Amino acid sequence: MSDILDQLQARRDEAKLGGGQRRIDGQHAKGKLTARERLELLLDPGSFEEFDMFVTHRSTDFGMEKTKMAGDGVVTGWGTINGRKTFVFAQDFTVFGGSLSETHAKKINKVQEMAMRHGAPIIGLQDSGGARIQEGVAALAGYTDVFQNNILASGVIPQISVIMGPSAGGAVYSPALTDFIFMVRDSSYMFLTGPDVLKTVTNEVVTAEELGGAKTHTSKSSVADGAYDNDMQALSEIRRLFDFLPLNNRSGSPVRPFYDAHDRIDESLDTLVPDNPNLPYDMKELVVKLADEGDFFEIQEDYAKNILCGFIRLEGQTVGVVANQPLVLAGCLDSNASRKAARFIRFCDCFEIPVLSLVDVPGFLPGTDQEYGGVIKHGAKLLYAYGEATVPKVTVITRKAYGGAYCVMSPKHLRNDINYAWPTAQIAVMGAKGAVEILHRKDLDDAEKTAEHVADYEEKFLSPFRAAERGYIDEVIQPRSTRKRICRALALAKDKKLENPWKKHGNLPL
Amino acid sequence: MTKIKKILIANRGEIACRVIKTARKMGIKTVAVYSDADKNALHVRMADEAVHIGPPAVNQSYLVMEKIIKAVEDTGADAVHPGYGFLSENPEFAKLLAKKKIAFIGPNPHAIVSMGDKITSKKLAQDAGVSCVPGHMGLIEDADEAVKIANKVGYPVMIKASAGGGGKGMRIAWNDEEAREGFQSSKNEAATSFGDDRIFIEKFVTQPRHIEIQVLGDKHGNCIYLGERECSIQRRNQKVIEEAPSPFLDEETRAAMGAESVALAKAVNYDSAGTVEFIVDGDKNFYFLEMNTRLQVEHPVTELITGVDLVEQMIRSAQGEELNMSQDDVTLTGWALESRIYAEDPYRNFLPSIGRLKRYRPPAEGKVESGAIVRNDTGVFEGGEISMFYDPMIAKLCTWGDDRGIAIDAMKVALDNFELDGIGHNIPFLQAVYDHDRFARGDITTAFIAEEYPDGFLGAPENAGHTRKIAAVCALMHDIKEHRAAQISGSLPNHARHVPDEWAVAVKSPTGEDRTYSADINGDSGLRTIVMNDDSDKAALELEVGLNWRPGEETVRAFVDSRAFTFKARAIPEGYRVWHRGVIFDVAVRNPRAAELAKLMPIKLAPDTSNLLLCPMPGVVVSVLVEEGQTVEDGQALAVVEAMKMENTLRAESRCVVSKVNASAGDNLAVDDVIMEFEKPE
Repeated sequence: MSDILDQLQARRDEAKLGGGQRRIDGQHAKGKLTARERLELLLDPGSFEEFDMFVTHRSTDFGMEKTKMAGDGVVTGWGTINGRKTFVFAQDFTVFGGSLSETHAKKINKVQEMAMRHGAPIIGLQDSGGARIQEGVAALAGYTDVFQNNILASGVIPQISVIMGPSAGGAVYSPALTDFIFMVRDSSYMFLTGPDVLKTVTNEVVTAEELGGAKTHTSKSSVADGAYDNDMQALSEIRRLFDFLPLNNRSGSPVRPFYDAHDRIDESLDTLVPDNPNLPYDMKELVVKLADEGDFFEIQEDYAKNILCGFIRLEGQTVGVVANQPLVLAGCLDSNASRKAARFIRFCDCFEIPVLSLVDVPGFLPGTDQEYGGVIKHGAKLLYAYGEATVPKVTVITRKAYGGAYCVMSPKHLRNDINYAWPTAQIAVMGAKGAVEILHRKDLDDAEKTAEHVADYEEKFLSPFRAAERGYIDEVIQPRSTRKRICRALALAKDKKLENPWKKHGNLPL
Repeated sequence: MTKIKKILIANRGEIACRVIKTARKMGIKTVAVYSDADKNALHVRMADEAVHIGPPAVNQSYLVMEKIIKAVEDTGADAVHPGYGFLSENPEFAKLLAKKKIAFIGPNPHAIVSMGDKITSKKLAQDAGVSCVPGHMGLIEDADEAVKIANKVGYPVMIKASAGGGGKGMRIAWNDEEAREGFQSSKNEAATSFGDDRIFIEKFVTQPRHIEIQVLGDKHGNCIYLGERECSIQRRNQKVIEEAPSPFLDEETRAAMGAESVALAKAVNYDSAGTVEFIVDGDKNFYFLEMNTRLQVEHPVTELITGVDLVEQMIRSAQGEELNMSQDDVTLTGWALESRIYAEDPYRNFLPSIGRLKRYRPPAEGKVESGAIVRNDTGVFEGGEISMFYDPMIAKLCTWGDDRGIAIDAMKVALDNFELDGIGHNIPFLQAVYDHDRFARGDITTAFIAEEYPDGFLGAPENAGHTRKIAAVCALMHDIKEHRAAQISGSLPNHARHVPDEWAVAVKSPTGEDRTYSADINGDSGLRTIVMNDDSDKAALELEVGLNWRPGEETVRAFVDSRAFTFKARAIPEGYRVWHRGVIFDVAVRNPRAAELAKLMPIKLAPDTSNLLLCPMPGVVVSVLVEEGQTVEDGQALAVVEAMKMENTLRAESRCVVSKVNASAGDNLAVDDVIMEFEKPE
């Protein structure tokens, strides 16, 4: 009997070595951890349970039948993060370069299906050379099975991808279908077509890092939601993000003890908005000062910086924040900002996370670039996302809410729950100067009259009170008491029940 | 004279607030004046009334006498306190007020005029028997005469060109031979540099200290002195730390300096608070520099050791009261320090750093446990603005204690607890000075900062004992955070996360070694015993740590082995960035297994920026002076960036080729934005 037990241990020990010590050393030399080491860091110590450790591939071409390695290039299973369950898979670069085979895909499929069935998120750690060429179409089929499951799981459980090595060709589509992608600086890259092919086909010379490194995807392409300096930091921050996320679309957002009074007054907010309406200010200061303990997990920090998206907690519970950032492009909405925020809001709505919108938007960014780039459709995505969302929605207008951008940024009219405005709010079709130029065109040559008209317009429209008189603003509040007000509003909206009409699914303006 | 009923303060910032406090105590109404930039300032909020006096620029607001006088007349104020700077030493202003029968809370115009002129004031001082720097003001014919005069003055001497400046045409001589040589070379250099070879000689003051005497006079011919202040800690003639008394003076020297100061004050019928500045050499010889006919910035240290409210005394004198104390009533009790907290970034060569005070929480004022007293004079508040138009001083933090050591300790604690964010500030630098041995010994001169920080401030030296404490406290903070994290809803019943008691702490700081510790936390709450194993010297040490900290708090107030230990910390991935006493640390707290794996992480070097021209401050590009492909020489102007209304010319540090220009005129740049890139020439 003890022989058999020993045999199990021996097989486990062998499997755990993956591609062997030499390849492990190679992985370490590149500053990367192995798949199992990464899972150790991601999950609570001792909580990882591995599935399919002894699975090997079934390929017989190109002499593959002679090299079989336990696990077949991916480590799968489940564990906990702060006691909450999650499914995981981590590609093992030491085994066939982490390449995806039919069985490798099957292992991933299994945890995907289990994650959906058991209502737990799935986190994929990607580090793979791509499809296992020796397996031909079987590998491609494997990829597609993974994609199909990604699609089915979308909106059911949170799916997180961490790119911790190469991810090229078809492989990129699994992460691309998940909710969040994070990368590791200098050791990960993602692209459909690599630098070598690019050089042959288009004569373009570019490094892998420039083409698909963390900087490219966090600041230029918006494919990635964040990047970290190394494996350790990335995994520790994924744990931090995980604590903000619900386990599935029915569980509601998690709550944990908090050390920040819900009615904390912050007098410094009274002076956040400068006297001069054309001066910018940092909206992030407001987000951080509203949040429990100042903790803000920002999504896509380096992309479309004219809008801020991310998670905070209020009274210990996760809230998604969308906020115009006056520091960048005066906080104007453009195509990129609209897409960034729309996707974030839809994530929150999928998983019953309330949305807080902080509004200071002078309008949509004008220009041929924007119009040719389809800002109409991109802006519509944001409008659609807000209008479709049935989660609790609270809005605070801090300053400008002009024109079409007012209609988009979670106004009362999009089934919003509570809409606050600061006394500094200006809710109007446009700013004073532009309005007067249209309304009083004949007086434009008369500087004195024009100034009079501007003053008149400013008094009438550039305040929150016109909107408040119509009930579009529920209450004009003191900036200092914003946290208290939002906490109350969210407490009120907690049991909100709102249903969209039955449909197969809507047709988002993609 | 009649009692003053309403004072207009022709100033702003902390000094305006300071004056308002005393006026309020005396039952006098106050009027603030403010520019556009100060609309929401603290002094405006504090005053009973406030009058707008124009745009932000001082020459259109605070310096415009007519506007101030109009504000006085409009509000019916019967007196003006000028504070310091601005119109405080402007005799025309004092005269104008006198003509309008408005009381000026300061000395008579004659005193201001006499002391405002360097030559007149020196002459007056000499006549009053005040010691001045010995020297020969007349022209010197030849080297022989130079040697003769040098002997009369006494070595060492300084040989200076009349037209000199910037060290040119200046020599120090310690003996006859050097005097002869120095005279000739100074003369030659002066002739070529300035076309003016006139030379004079004066005593060279070695180990100079800046020590000043506070005087107080009335309109009845009385005048007393209130001890001295030492202001030797200066950076480019800007005072940074002041103290009273001076750690250097003895009773005899103090009395001599006091008597001479009073003699000088009486010579001009000085009738308010004023300051006589001296330079004091290593042998306690003191020489008159100048007299400031106003309330000094650093007056609080005198108030703290004498118990005299100088602003109150100024008001009483101004309304004609006789001094209510004699010289014998003045006693100096304990020790006081003042730290000037400036909005300037010590790590970037003290570049002014303006902007919004996202956080401003000074330490509590009043008595602290050691019996010391904390006082904080300020004109700002959280959410307020440090404006580009005025002096970037945030606050004057003062402490008083029974002796110098207690006052210094109290200052260190007060600085530890000062919370500032949104702008760069010099607190790390102040902390470094207070922890410096030379400062602790009182072994300071006006050259202290230049000597001790010749390459600018790079951070205080790390102290291994402090680092261990930081590591222990961070381990405990992490423990608190992780225990809380494990209480999240939705965790599996009976399968909750087990949070370990042992943590591996890795600490890095730019001015110290990388250190790793293992921290074993014992006990569940209250006072914890943390066994610290220092991985480098294998020594185990037990620390008793009490910590009342909640996640999110940036000021960490711990008790380590029963002593308060306070630092600032902000969460970063895997741990905290810590600011403590002028040292910045990155602290990672991991479980032991993670610490093992951390050793495999690549060391990422900071990117090489030597081939880049980075924007040193937020500002607007005025012009780019070079083109791509151009070869530039060492020192050549490359671009001009305007920040805070000042044009800064950025120059090449070596000969190189401009490979790429990323900015153009009108661009708004942030700190460290790349303006252009270079290639080294082959």
